[in-house]
Amino acid sequence: MPLIQIQQDEQIRSTVADSKIQRAVYSATARLKEKRSEVVSAEALPEYQELRTQANLIKKHTLENLDYYLEQFEQNLTANGGKLIWARDGKEVADFILNLAKERGVKMLVKSKSMTTEEIHLNEHLEHHGIDPVETDLGEYIIQLAHDRPYHIVAPAVHMTRLDVADVLEKNLKVQREEEPEKQAMIARHTLREKFLAAGIGISGGNFLVADSGAVTIIENEGNARLTTTAPRIHISVVGIEKMIPRAQDLAVFLKLLGRSGTGQLLTVYTSFLSGPRRAGDADGPDEFYVILMDNGRSRLLADEEKRQSLYCIRCGACLNACPVYRKIGGHNYPGAYSGPIGAIITPQYHGIKENPWLPFASSLCGACAEVCPVKIDIPKILLELRKEVVESRASDGDSFTERKAFQMYAWMMRRPKLYALAGKMASTFAGLPGVTSFGPAAKWARTREVPLPAAKSFRDQWRDRKKGAQ
Amino acid sequence: MSSREQMLSDVRQALGRKAGQPPAAQPKARIAIPSLPVEERIRLFQERLEVLGGKVRRAATYADAAGVVGELLQGATAVASNAPALRHAGVTAIPNVTSGYSDEPSLRAACASAPFGITGADYGLAETGSIVTIAANEARLISLLPPVHIALLSKARMLTGLDEFYTLHPRPATQSASTVFITGPSRSADIEMILVRGVHGPRVIHVIVIEEELI
Repeated sequence: MPLIQIQQDEQIRSTVADSKIQRAVYSATARLKEKRSEVVSAEALPEYQELRTQANLIKKHTLENLDYYLEQFEQNLTANGGKLIWARDGKEVADFILNLAKERGVKMLVKSKSMTTEEIHLNEHLEHHGIDPVETDLGEYIIQLAHDRPYHIVAPAVHMTRLDVADVLEKNLKVQREEEPEKQAMIARHTLREKFLAAGIGISGGNFLVADSGAVTIIENEGNARLTTTAPRIHISVVGIEKMIPRAQDLAVFLKLLGRSGTGQLLTVYTSFLSGPRRAGDADGPDEFYVILMDNGRSRLLADEEKRQSLYCIRCGACLNACPVYRKIGGHNYPGAYSGPIGAIITPQYHGIKENPWLPFASSLCGACAEVCPVKIDIPKILLELRKEVVESRASDGDSFTERKAFQMYAWMMRRPKLYALAGKMASTFAGLPGVTSFGPAAKWARTREVPLPAAKSFRDQWRDRKKGAQ
Repeated sequence: MSSREQMLSDVRQALGRKAGQPPAAQPKARIAIPSLPVEERIRLFQERLEVLGGKVRRAATYADAAGVVGELLQGATAVASNAPALRHAGVTAIPNVTSGYSDEPSLRAACASAPFGITGADYGLAETGSIVTIAANEARLISLLPPVHIALLSKARMLTGLDEFYTLHPRPATQSASTVFITGPSRSADIEMILVRGVHGPRVIHVIVIEEELI
């Protein structure tokens, strides 16, 4: 087996050849990139770099003292009347929700966009047990109806055209075909409004957990997250432990960065700061308020000081839009819920490097991701660290035997000038022949590269001839 | 071992920390409030909100603001929140405006059918064109279910932005279960990046900025 096997090879080729997807993803990411640049420019936001540094410092500090903040969060949420549930993995999350739904006789629940629940395939678990989870973010709803999966962290249906959407809505909802996004959105509004008002449980993610307040902060543009967290009697937020920040005041830094980096907005339309169930005198809001704190591989990342910064991510998606690889191969060729550069570093770390050893190699290390990251995660550096781990774990398995032997032979020859000259001559004679790079390891190497032809005359020969000519 | 104990122990082990160990010194919170005269704040607020498709009206007094509300409603039904300012202005006395809901089912039914929702706004944020509701008497569904949202904001409550808000309210959870920033009408660009307004929340938002200060 070669060192790195790209399982998605065929699938990637077909994405690259699909001009419809290429156009959709290229133009959407270009637009998001441009909008971001406008609002983080030195004229628009002179303190941008200072905010990034502060955000990085806060995340670093919080993770270094994470156990303290987890407990502080629990204490404050409990004091607000909320309940904290600790979940080591996706199964514990699903089990809690299933039991609660069964206990309260809930058959249908509404969901607002959450990458964390995508990560653990929560919907499949619930459906399997007869509970109907309904996604309510417009893009996520379309994706769910199409039995597809999100293509982008902030724009889940970016790979679909309005005609695709028209097909999906017509087929699944038995409504009149509409090809205008405005009308399509109204179909969704109408259908989902009934779901909001009928659902027994609302499930959301969370952008930030605020330790000093016991509060969950959720940002969004449509209002579906506000409805999800307000209309049903029971609310559950499923959030990764790394989303913690110490103080509500720190939101002054993070909120300025998140909307700008994600969609080029100064703030998203709605920012909700929710700290528990409705209180005495409140006319609405849920009666029960749960936060599920999920680990699912995250604590494992904490041990390594360098790689720990992977957990600083605030899921803005800016690195996807900036990445030449993501823009070409799209979101579905990355395994797991997270695509793009951030996916390439967190997916193998959450699930273990053995599962997706090729991921850290799917990058040209151009550094565009690190440049746009609002919390300054050094993604290329972590990619290199992960590559090192993959190679080290494979070297002992004998996978790089051919490569090691090749370099040993090369070293041996380099010490024998006459033999080296002869080999050079042979190379220039044979390498030009068709078929030489079609076999064995050379073929794999040559498949994605231009094979340079050796010069007709070697440097040594040219040097010798020149010296002769000069005399 | 419970999941709680296990998770805390995994985290502590990874970090080399012990149970009950205090945290290292926190980085100082970064709060920077620009100085901006109130008229400038209102101008900026209006500019930012209008870019998003929101509308800003000015009124000298609360009574005048109620007049503006009446013009916007043109006799249509509306649900008003229990904010004292709305009663003071006389908004709740406008025909077809209902208010005073304290139980969820009737509030929900009223909001689900009313074309207008009327609320107060505890603050405005000039830098982003946002309004803030923090008070418990601002029911959330009123600014969410009806297709048009009208908010009354006193000029004195126009802040520069997030930093000033978090200086006044460093711990919003001590006051209410829900603090919401609303920045323009509900929107989505999920289909071909084409802007659509009013996806789940209101497609129109009017903010009436009032000179009079409510004491």
